[in-house]
Amino acid sequence: MKNYETVFILNPVLSEDQMKDAVDKFVNVLKKANAEVINLEQWGLRKLAYPIQHKSTGFYIFVEFNADPGVVDALETEFRRDESVMRFLTTVLDKHAVAYNERRRKGEFNKNKDGKKRKAEEEPAR
Amino acid sequence: MTLMNEPIKRAEVKPKYCRFKKNGIKYIDYKDPDFLLKFVNEQGKILPRRLTGTSLKFQKKVARAIKRARHLALLPYTGDSLK
Repeated sequence: MKNYETVFILNPVLSEDQMKDAVDKFVNVLKKANAEVINLEQWGLRKLAYPIQHKSTGFYIFVEFNADPGVVDALETEFRRDESVMRFLTTVLDKHAVAYNERRRKGEFNKNKDGKKRKAEEEPAR
Repeated sequence: MTLMNEPIKRAEVKPKYCRFKKNGIKYIDYKDPDFLLKFVNEQGKILPRRLTGTSLKFQKKVARAIKRARHLALLPYTGDSLK
């Protein structure tokens, strides 16, 4: 078992129900493969830094899970098959990332708002 | 009057340091675009180590985080006035 996290962007033209179905679908792919879903976050509709498929916004979903390496392939195949997924990124977490995510989950950064502040204080102007 | 050049007073050069080593930051999150914005110039290019003072180890991690953020459209690949 390894620690992974995935961020994917869903098409903003989907209705809320379709959105939920899509999220459930991918979570079920993970569950069927005996993966342990640790955290599921929906960041909601966000502005994209550049247009993708002529869309300027996207619906971001963030999943943390523990799984065997083969599961990632299965998940990414599903992403590629689904046309409503505009982008996805799966990363392996090393021990520092796992520690960081744990703190993040406990809300130590308060969705990174406190984290930004903390970093800003540490950081005198260059 | 001698013809010796007088020393020019330059602004004192502050020694650079790696902010990650100094502050004990071990993981650079690609999901935090506002933080990563410190390591790109106005056009969205990654700043070199000689300007930011980041150590090699963390420069590699910064670069990776920025590239991941770009893929997810959290940071632009190119821009005109990011700052």
